[in-house]
Amino acid sequence: MSYRFFVNDDPVELEVPGMRRLLDALREDLALTGTKEGCGEGECGACSVLVDGAVVDACLVPVCQVEGSRIRTVEGLGSEAELSDLQAAFLETGGTQCGICTPGMLMAAEAFLSSGGAVGDDAIREAIAGNLCRCTGYTKIVDAIALSAKRRRLAELGTG
Amino acid sequence: MTRVLPPGTKELSAPDALIVAPGIATPGRASPRGPLRREGPAKLTGVAKYADDLVFPGAWYGATIRSTEPHATLLGIELDDAFDWSQVVVVTAADIPGDNVVSLIRDDQPILVPIGGEIRHQAEALCLIAAADRGTLRSAKRHVEVRTQRLPAVFDPLESTEEFSHLEVGQGDLEAGFAEAELVVEGTYRVGHQEQLYIENQAMIAVPHAEDGMTVYGSCQCPYYIHRALKRSLQLTDAQAVVVQAETGGGFGGKEEYPSMIALHAALLARKLGKPVRMIYDRHEDLSATTKRHPAVIHHRTGVMRDGRLVAQEIDVVMDGGAYCTLTPVVLSRGVLHAGGPYRCPNVRIKGRAMATNTPPNGAFRGFGAPQTEFAAEMQVNRIAEALGISALELRRRWAYREGDTTPTGQVLRESVAALDVLEAAADASDFARHSEQTRRAREARQSSARVASGIGLAMGWHGAGFTGSGEVHIAGVASVELTDEGGIRVLSAQTEMGQGTKTIFPQLVAAELGIEEDAVEVAPQDTSIVPDSGPTVASRTAMVVGGLIVKAARRLRSQVEAATDRPFADSYREFALEHGGLRVDERFEPYPNVQFDDATYTGDAYPAFGWACAVARVEVDLDTGEVTVRDVVSADDAGRIIHPVLAEGQVEGGTLQAIGYATIEEIKLVDGRYLNDRLATYLIPSALDAPHLEAILVEKPFSGAPHGAKGIGELPMDVGAPAVVAAIHDATGIWIHDLPATAERILAALTGAPTPAAPGVSAPAPKRGAA
Repeated sequence: MSYRFFVNDDPVELEVPGMRRLLDALREDLALTGTKEGCGEGECGACSVLVDGAVVDACLVPVCQVEGSRIRTVEGLGSEAELSDLQAAFLETGGTQCGICTPGMLMAAEAFLSSGGAVGDDAIREAIAGNLCRCTGYTKIVDAIALSAKRRRLAELGTG
Repeated sequence: MTRVLPPGTKELSAPDALIVAPGIATPGRASPRGPLRREGPAKLTGVAKYADDLVFPGAWYGATIRSTEPHATLLGIELDDAFDWSQVVVVTAADIPGDNVVSLIRDDQPILVPIGGEIRHQAEALCLIAAADRGTLRSAKRHVEVRTQRLPAVFDPLESTEEFSHLEVGQGDLEAGFAEAELVVEGTYRVGHQEQLYIENQAMIAVPHAEDGMTVYGSCQCPYYIHRALKRSLQLTDAQAVVVQAETGGGFGGKEEYPSMIALHAALLARKLGKPVRMIYDRHEDLSATTKRHPAVIHHRTGVMRDGRLVAQEIDVVMDGGAYCTLTPVVLSRGVLHAGGPYRCPNVRIKGRAMATNTPPNGAFRGFGAPQTEFAAEMQVNRIAEALGISALELRRRWAYREGDTTPTGQVLRESVAALDVLEAAADASDFARHSEQTRRAREARQSSARVASGIGLAMGWHGAGFTGSGEVHIAGVASVELTDEGGIRVLSAQTEMGQGTKTIFPQLVAAELGIEEDAVEVAPQDTSIVPDSGPTVASRTAMVVGGLIVKAARRLRSQVEAATDRPFADSYREFALEHGGLRVDERFEPYPNVQFDDATYTGDAYPAFGWACAVARVEVDLDTGEVTVRDVVSADDAGRIIHPVLAEGQVEGGTLQAIGYATIEEIKLVDGRYLNDRLATYLIPSALDAPHLEAILVEKPFSGAPHGAKGIGELPMDVGAPAVVAAIHDATGIWIHDLPATAERILAALTGAPTPAAPGVSAPAPKRGAA
């Protein structure tokens, strides 16, 4: 079968079995290895990507389910030379240590920030509850997301 | 006093402890929060390459066939004729060219069990298979049959007769101490396994050379451990074996020794196949087969006077090493050396023994034996405080080590003792006395219909920085700073980055010595064909020991260049390189001044210096369900001179949450020597919602033996979190939980008087056949 969808705004067409995990399609067929595998059963969130704006575990989603969808991965945020505001906030606060949970954490945080809901410690923790981190104790990750939220609000005020 | 000295300050006079207030600008330090994480942008954009991200065209996939019995004789490995074996490669023990042993302390653990050999645990590796694709590999695995003869298994270390190691330390006259004591308190404390649970699973890829030789890429803490293992078992020379660390997604000790096993497996397959082989564990295999924190049973008998003086400590430590020795003797020794806690006591005897059981081998995990014994020590102090009617804070004020005190190995603590500083810092920041008073009143006024109880608990600890005893002398690590021919500066060491910040702090240290920008200092890749063996990345030794080597190397480089140019290094080094070519300074470890240890008698300076920590936890206990919510934890940690406050705080916050997991939810249950909860759906670690508010306070009591004053920080917070949480549970409920983790089941049993759940860490026997 052939499946068509968009990854980071680029159209892709894959000739793969429909039950192939989106995670494998991204990492192996499209060479987008920024998305990580931590458990393969939807517990750790290391493979979190956005499908039409919603956070999903790419290890639990078969390719046949994303036909026509718009997928966003960590490669769709900023680049090393030009980090996105969220990535920059993680770097400044110390929100990334070993880095293996980071791409998934960023995608969950990006979905949360884009949703425009209330931003507070509890809401941020709720938003990343499906993404496990073993290094940081989460403090600096929460700080990073809060910092990014604050900057986005300031930017909106500045332009509004 | 809040004062921060710039890193690399030349003269250290071991001033009073300094408390770093993060974010406050300080003269002499370019940025009070330190430079940004060196490899951060690569990690944040998905560009960083972890082992499973590396692509090797034509690579095959490897798998391990494991035992499913805890103890047996391997009679045979049968390959089913119905399967086409020409499409796979199979490796057994007979294919190993060199020694069939994973080179570590003792030569007991085979790479693969030979036919006729002894299987000593569930998950023991018996043979290896590789195939060009995962589907073929899966079906090949199903067509391998293992024939065994089952043998009796031992699961309880107290019943085991096979000992890996034992030791004893002590001072004074124990009998006289107990004769003098007015009160003797006894207790037995048990702790279970804990999984490191790095989020990146173990992974190795072996790539055979065109000529003899093998390069292994993978996730690891200690490239040179793997290098030694490969040389020995594949019969390779120093140059033929190459180990390259890929970006590593967490280690916490779990990637200290087990990666050698996986690297050997991948290399044996690649050698036979003649193509690269990927050995990438999934979470289930990683949880089932790799090392865990050692379970332990610790008995304390303590003699005190009614006025609170500590007069005698008798401690017995039994650790469960699992089926093979791995690093167990060293884990036991660190456990025993820390077992008394950071308290002076005139009469002490601490005995320890590590026993074999038919469970997968236990190994390194952050804290390395100390979290187990310090949990018991702090439980004992808190129970004694209660028995004497003295507050837990006040009793520690009286007992805590001061400079000049002597430890049970006869080590005189000459400097850098911050026990009281961390105690007061944590007590202040948490407002311990006031909250204790509040929880006491609430407890006294509590109705029997109450549903929730709040409590606060305190624990303190110490952690020897660097290897135990003469370890650093034996390792004799070498690290280098090089001025390249092109006029660049780079640091060469085998110290791996696994999130803790090596790649950020090393350039910082070198830049400060050379008077140049941090960005001008490159870090050479952790590739054994490029960097010298500076020792493993373990034991909180990187910042102190290897950091010290590179500071010294940088100083020598600077003086050599300045002697030749007669100008400041920063203004002249590029020119020097163009004129004279590059210059590399290798620095080999020299013993710290006045630090001596006698391995034979186990006396003397067990560690060059200790770090000190105190944690205060506040919890809520649901009295209907026994469930604990940890609300907040303050951890004050002294790691000597802090090189990078943000990274140091990250170590304290992350280590504290691992300790909270250890205290409350992380438990492995076993049946017939097999881990039952061997998936991430069943082995739980704290999520962002479970994590309390964490406050890290950095206390600086520099160590003069290190040129930059740093001690280790990585393991320290792991020692104190768990006993603080259990003390808080006691403060809330009045019950003492002696076994870790303090799960809802254990708390509810203690609250209701129901039978105590099974001890942690000990396997249930195999279910009887024919049982319903």
